[in-house]
Amino acid sequence: MITLTVNGHEQHWDGDPSLPLLWFIRDEMGLTGTKFGCGHGFCGSCTVHLEGVAVRSCSTTLTEAAGKRITTIEGLDPNGNHPVQKAWREVNVPQCGYCQSGQIMQASSLIAHNPHPSHEEIREAMAGNICRCGCYQRIENAVHLATTGA
Amino acid sequence: MFQNRIENVSRRGVLRGLGVTAGLVLAVPVMSRRSVAAYSTGADKMPHGTVNDPKVFVSIAPDGVITIIAARSEMGTGVRTSLPMIVADEMEANWDKVKVQQAPGDEVKYGNQDTDGSRSTRHFLIPMRQVGASARTMLEGAAAKRWNVPVSEVKAANHEVIHVGTGQKLGYGELAEDAALQPVPDVATLRLKDPKDFRYMGKGQIGIVDLHDITTGKAMYGIDTRLPGMKYAVIARPPVTGGKVVSFDPTEALKVSGVEQVIQVQGWPWPSKFQPLGGVAVIARNTGAAIKGRDALKIVWDDGPNASYDSVAYRRELEEASRKPGEVVRNNGDVDTALKSAAKVIVGEYYLPHLAHASMETPVATAHVADGKAEVWAPVQSPQGARDDIAKTLGISAENVTVNVTLLGGGFGRKSKCDFVLEAVLLSKAVGAPVKVQWTREDDIHNDFVHTVSAERIEAGLDKSGKVIAWRHRSVAPTIMSTFAAGAKHQAPFELGMGLVDLPFDIPNIRCENPEAAAYTRIGWFRSVSNIPRAFAVQTMVAEIAHATGRDQKEMLLEIIGPARIVDIGPTVKDFWDYGEPVSSYPIDAGRLRRVVELVAEKGQWGRQVPKGHGLGIAVHRSFVSYIATIVEVSVDGKGKLTIPRVDTAIDCGTFVNPERIQSQVEGAAIMGLSLAKYGEVTFKNGRVVQNNFDGFKLARIDEGPMVTNVHIMPSGPDVPPSGAGEPGLPPFAPALCNAIFAATGKRIRSLPIGKQLQSA
Repeated sequence: MITLTVNGHEQHWDGDPSLPLLWFIRDEMGLTGTKFGCGHGFCGSCTVHLEGVAVRSCSTTLTEAAGKRITTIEGLDPNGNHPVQKAWREVNVPQCGYCQSGQIMQASSLIAHNPHPSHEEIREAMAGNICRCGCYQRIENAVHLATTGA
Repeated sequence: MFQNRIENVSRRGVLRGLGVTAGLVLAVPVMSRRSVAAYSTGADKMPHGTVNDPKVFVSIAPDGVITIIAARSEMGTGVRTSLPMIVADEMEANWDKVKVQQAPGDEVKYGNQDTDGSRSTRHFLIPMRQVGASARTMLEGAAAKRWNVPVSEVKAANHEVIHVGTGQKLGYGELAEDAALQPVPDVATLRLKDPKDFRYMGKGQIGIVDLHDITTGKAMYGIDTRLPGMKYAVIARPPVTGGKVVSFDPTEALKVSGVEQVIQVQGWPWPSKFQPLGGVAVIARNTGAAIKGRDALKIVWDDGPNASYDSVAYRRELEEASRKPGEVVRNNGDVDTALKSAAKVIVGEYYLPHLAHASMETPVATAHVADGKAEVWAPVQSPQGARDDIAKTLGISAENVTVNVTLLGGGFGRKSKCDFVLEAVLLSKAVGAPVKVQWTREDDIHNDFVHTVSAERIEAGLDKSGKVIAWRHRSVAPTIMSTFAAGAKHQAPFELGMGLVDLPFDIPNIRCENPEAAAYTRIGWFRSVSNIPRAFAVQTMVAEIAHATGRDQKEMLLEIIGPARIVDIGPTVKDFWDYGEPVSSYPIDAGRLRRVVELVAEKGQWGRQVPKGHGLGIAVHRSFVSYIATIVEVSVDGKGKLTIPRVDTAIDCGTFVNPERIQSQVEGAAIMGLSLAKYGEVTFKNGRVVQNNFDGFKLARIDEGPMVTNVHIMPSGPDVPPSGAGEPGLPPFAPALCNAIFAATGKRIRSLPIGKQLQSA
């Protein structure tokens, strides 16, 4: 039996311990905000926080998540008003929006550890998250806005 | 005939015919479809045309909340916001009291729903204005009746109707019930708003309706459907197009924890249109278990007729074909004589490979088939098309099929094809429970309806003064028609019309030819379609001519476009296809083409001094009846690494509704253009796709994107018909980038992707 905490709630799993955290969150728990994109950590669509740090849930097994504190997009802020979320709306970042949960979780992890990243640092930190629609310019601007309020 | 039809009736008409019974059309009171604007569009030629009945699209609750139906699919263009916004503006509704509800697939009721071809605003601006104006008129009529005053004394504004004389007011919620009893006004008598009074249209101040849900993880895409008792499935599909299962052993797969069943999926013979490829499905309690189970399957495949498809050999075939005469698809003057007499002939051979759509949301669909009915939830660009195909596949009537349209996590043409939905339907029927079919990224790359692969060869003849007097363009590429009809080897008019026969240049001798090319895999529409190779070839050749004659690229471009005029190519081209539009409304306007070049040159500071190792490139292209020009500044370091300090794009898409979303589409097109220029390539070996995931099929990332993309939207009057915005941004980017690379390095890129070509520069 594996026990982990997702968005503050304790969860248990007695199935395959090698199951990727992504599918546990989505299919077993029903939290669908975390998206599947590639299954191998290439695209970042499935990004969640593990102990406050951005990880790819598609490449994190439940064994690796055991005993850990996981936060998904649904748990980032009770009212959806994390500074990154607010900045995203201010800048009208999304097009199709599919990758944006992962982008937001990556960005919020970045600014939790580096509250005032430079544009260069933003581009570097966000480079693991693919957006096929190509919202990159707005992502960069929104992360900057979230950290500067300007 | 067959080929003519597909462009007019869209991707769908070909495979299903126009099979929906005509009698049904009468079930809904469809009003006149004649628009009251000064232009007509190709909307009437689309299946089920347009509907402008307010009772179909608008409902008002007693509390005043207005629900507006969005009948087109949202894949990131903003259409779910833009079309309802048109209705709200015309009906004087307050946007904060508007809810948007997505329509299921039902074209008889809603009009055409095939969300592709950059058509939504172009075909639905006027019908949606008529919906809004009708609703407003009915609300005003209801208020006048309530007050017992002439309707001329009342006026709708800000979600209420005011009696001008007394200042009395009635809210829309209070009037809703009475308004519904008012007759739907005759469209000929409708008063549309004066554009100067628009509150929302043309302003770009409204965020997309799904913005909050997207940023909080609540937005529902195809992948997010969950039903009680639902099973999760992945399918092992034939690795070669046209292949099939010989035998399989499910033993090991069934041992995987969470796996419940392994069953074969029906496949259709190649060319299989939009029908499933077949294979072996693993059904499990979650997607992860299904994937693990599939990894443990043992399958023997018969690779079928395309087992020797090899991209290296095929490229040679295409290039050889491009060096020989082919079917003439446009002819002006006498190209042969002009090329012989030319003082200088410049030859450019260009090659562009297959591409995968690679939407971030892979194909995914959930189906529940029971009691002779089917209901699906899926990210589809063509919901009615999916509905008709499901009905046909299951042998039931379309009335027994419900297609619920979710948000699309990207589409780009892939989700116009409903093979993945049909898989879910077949599996739900077989399993007797709701089933979600999930494609992995590998599935998506391996079994896509890939963008075509092209060899484009242009010979340009110049006279002594350097003026271009002859232009011969041969375009060789497997046609999308091959997905529908075995043995199709020539491009259809809708493909030839994308940047080949519609060449807008002022050259006396022009010949376009289309040599044969057989297809060995599924070819499909990819955002902007054949415009990608054509714009690349044509706009690179213009830059090559400029270089050869010592001219400025932009000046050369304007000279070759020639004076502002309507380019009449009609007589020189059989079955000329103008994006399905009447040429009377959407002629090829060299003046508009010139003006976007001039606008981007001015705003993008063409000719500015750039640092050493930097270069500027320009390209212009007309597609989806819009006009777009792009300037790219690039820097290339000693190791061939590209940096893009700045991109400027000017777009003239006629009258527009939501400039903020036009801007985002054009910004995104620069990224997609960069991806295809730098990395984009799907290659085949032994009939199999070589690339597997984003490690092999690479996409541009944020740290290699342009530092800034400036979008300049050409202001245009309300009488200029709207034209496309979703696709046209893409074609000019790659040639502008590669022309900039030439300016920076002297290295001419004639073959995409750029890949490692600059490392040897």
